[in-house]
Amino acid sequence: MTQALDQIFVTFKHWAVFHSPAAFQPAVSVLLSIVPVLIIFPSLFAVTTILERKGLARIQNRYGPNRVGPFGLLQPLADGLKSLTKEDIVPRSADKLVHFAAPLLLVTTAFMEYAVLPVGRNMVLADMESGVLFFFAVSAAMELSIFMAGWSSRNKYSMLGAMRAVAQMISYEAPLILSSVAAVMAAGSLSTVTIVEKQAGYSGIWPHWYVLTPWGLGGFLLFMIAATAESNRSPFDLPEGESEIIAGYFTEYSGFKFALFFLGEYLGMFAISGLGITLFLGGWAAPFSFLTWIPSWIWFFGKLLALIAMFIWVRGTLPRLRMDQLMNFAWKFMLPMTLMVIFSAGLWRFLPQGVLRWVICAVPIAGLYVLLGRNLTSGQRLEKRTYGFAE
Amino acid sequence: MTLRKLIHCALALSICFVGLAGLYLDLGAQFVGLAQILVYVGAVVILIVFAILLTRNDELPAPTKRTRLAGLGVSTVVFAVLAWAVTAGGALEGMAGTQPQASIKQIGGALMQRFVLPLEVVGLLLTAALIGAVVIAMEEKQRTR
Amino acid sequence: MLGEGIVKGLGETARNFFGSFVGKERLTTVQFPEERLIQPEATRVFPFLIYDTDDMEKGLRCVACKICEVECPPKCITIEKSTEKKPDYAGKPQFFPAKFDIDVSVCMSCQICVEVCPFEAIKMDTAFELSTDDRFGGLLWQKDRLAKPNAYYHTIHPTEAAAVDEELAEKKAKAEAKPAAPAANTGAAAVR
Repeated sequence: MTQALDQIFVTFKHWAVFHSPAAFQPAVSVLLSIVPVLIIFPSLFAVTTILERKGLARIQNRYGPNRVGPFGLLQPLADGLKSLTKEDIVPRSADKLVHFAAPLLLVTTAFMEYAVLPVGRNMVLADMESGVLFFFAVSAAMELSIFMAGWSSRNKYSMLGAMRAVAQMISYEAPLILSSVAAVMAAGSLSTVTIVEKQAGYSGIWPHWYVLTPWGLGGFLLFMIAATAESNRSPFDLPEGESEIIAGYFTEYSGFKFALFFLGEYLGMFAISGLGITLFLGGWAAPFSFLTWIPSWIWFFGKLLALIAMFIWVRGTLPRLRMDQLMNFAWKFMLPMTLMVIFSAGLWRFLPQGVLRWVICAVPIAGLYVLLGRNLTSGQRLEKRTYGFAE
Repeated sequence: MTLRKLIHCALALSICFVGLAGLYLDLGAQFVGLAQILVYVGAVVILIVFAILLTRNDELPAPTKRTRLAGLGVSTVVFAVLAWAVTAGGALEGMAGTQPQASIKQIGGALMQRFVLPLEVVGLLLTAALIGAVVIAMEEKQRTR
Repeated sequence: MLGEGIVKGLGETARNFFGSFVGKERLTTVQFPEERLIQPEATRVFPFLIYDTDDMEKGLRCVACKICEVECPPKCITIEKSTEKKPDYAGKPQFFPAKFDIDVSVCMSCQICVEVCPFEAIKMDTAFELSTDDRFGGLLWQKDRLAKPNAYYHTIHPTEAAAVDEELAEKKAKAEAKPAAPAANTGAAAVR
C-alpha cells in the first residue's frame, strides 16, 4: 500500500503513456515529466515568497503581510498580478536583444537544473551518468545570464553589481564543487540516482546519509554556505542589496522581467538545495528505518522545506558581508576546508568501521577549523563595542 | 561579421561553445561535453567578457559594402575548407559503426594510471600561472600606492 | 571560537520567531484601520469654536475680536464681524462672527490662536482622519463646521475643559458681583 503511494506518479505516467497513441508516446512521456516540474517549482516559489516575508517579519517582531487573504496567504497572487500589469520599461540606450534575453536565459538554465534531481524513488527526469557535472555546468551558464543583465542595462550601478555578482559566483564555485566531490567519491559515481541509492540503506535505525559522517557534516555545511553565495542570498547578497547598490544588476528591469529574475533566483536556490539534499541528506530516503512507510517524494519536499526555512532564518539573522570579506572567506577559509574534507573522506573509505574511524576523520577537519579560525581573525580586534552616548 | 558590438561577438562565441558541447554529447562523450560547458561557457567566456569590458573599446564603424563582401568571402572559404576536411576525412562513415565508450570511470582511471605525469605537469603549470597572476596584480597594487 | 557569534545570533532570532507567536508584548504593531494608538491629552490638530448651550447661534463664545486672525502666522483665519450684538455668557451684549473661516490646508497647528484668545472661544481639536477629495472647497472650513459644543471639548481634553469651565464660572461670578459693588460705592460717595 505504501509502495503504491510511493510510486503513484510513476504508475500514472506509465498508464498515460501506455494508453496514448503510439505516435504520440514519446511526446506524452516527455510532457508528463516536464510539466509537473514547471508547475510545482514555481508554486513552491510563490509559497516561499509569502513564507519568507512572514518568517522574516516574525523574526523582526512584526506581522508580515496579512491583508490579502486569510493571514496574507494570497499575497503572491497580488504580487504576481502587480508584476504582470506593470509597464515594461527598457532604457533607451539599452541593448535590446541582450536585455530581453538575460532573464529568459536565467529562468531556462534554472529549470534545466531540475532534470537531474531525484525527487522520489524512480522519479528523476533524466538519469544521466554525470548528473552532478551537468548541474554545475548549467549553473555556470546561469552566471553568464546575470552578467548579460548587468551589461545590457547601460547603467554604471548595474554593471558594477553584475561584475561583483559574477566574481562572487565564480569564487564560490570552487568550494561548492570541491565539497560535492567528497560525496561523489564516497558514492563512486557522478549519477545523482546512484548517490541517493547508496544512502538509502539503514544500519539499525540509523540511515546511511553522508551528513552523519564527519566529512559529510563539514562538506554539507560548506556546500550550503557556498550555495547561499551562489544564489546571491543574504548574507552574500551584496550584488542585489537594496541599500548598497540600488538593486544591482536588475535595476533597469521592471514588471514581468523583474518577476522572472526573482523566479530564476529562487529556482536556483531550490535546485541547489535539492542537490545538497541529494548529495548529503540522502535524497528521498527517510531518516529512520521505521519511517520508510511515508512516501519518498514527501521526504524530499520535507527536506527541501527545512532547508528553505534555514535559508530564511539565516537571512533574518546575519548582516551582509562586504565584498572583500566575502572573497577572503571563500579563498582563505572555505577552499582549505573543502580540501581537508576531501582528505577526510578518503581516510573514511580506507579505515575499518567503528567509533575510531569517526574520531580519526573528524580530527583533521576540526583541527584545520580551529587553526584557520585563530589565524584569520587574529588581525582584527573583535572587542565588545561601547556606545558613548547611548548609556 | 554582422555584429558591431564586441560583446555581441563574445555572446555569439558562447553560443558556438554550446553547440560544440552539443556535438560532444551527441557523440556520447558526456564528461567532455559537460566539462566544455562548465569550463568554456562558465569561465572562458566570462573571462573574455571581463577583458572586453575592462579595456576601453569603441564600437566598430558601420560595415560598408566592401567590408561585407570581404567578410562573406572569408567565411565562405573557411566553410568550404572545413566541409572538405570533414567529408573527405571519412569521419562521417564511421558514425554508424561502434562508438568507443569512454565512461567517466575509464577517464578517471586513465588520468591516474596512464596519464598521471601529464596531469601533474599540467597542475604545476596552472599553479605557476596562478602565482604569476597574483604576483603581477600585487605589484601593480604596490606601484599605484 | 570562530562561528560562535553566528550560532548565538541564530538562537536569538529563533527566540524572536517563536516568541512572537506566544508573547503579545513582542508584536508592537498597531494595525491601523482596526486599532488606533492612544493619543496624549494635549494632542492638537486643527482649531474649533466652542458654543456653550445647545444652541450654536446663541451660545457661541467668539465675539469676533479678531485677535486670532491678526496673530495667526500663516493667516489662515478670516473673520467678518456681525452688525448687531448678542449677549455673551455674562449677559453683556457682544458682537459675534457672521463669517469665521479657517483654511485647513494652510493652518500649521501652532495653537497661537488658542493662546491669544481672551474669551476661551477657540480650542484645538484632535480628529486627524480628515482626508477629502475636494481639494479647494473641502479644506476651507466655515463656522457651521467649526462650531462644536462644550460637551465635546470635555470629551477630548477633560482636564483643560474643567479648568476653563472653572475660570469662566469665576469670571461670571465676579461680573455679577461688580454691579453690586459700584452701587455700594456710589452710596458711600453720596454719604460723604
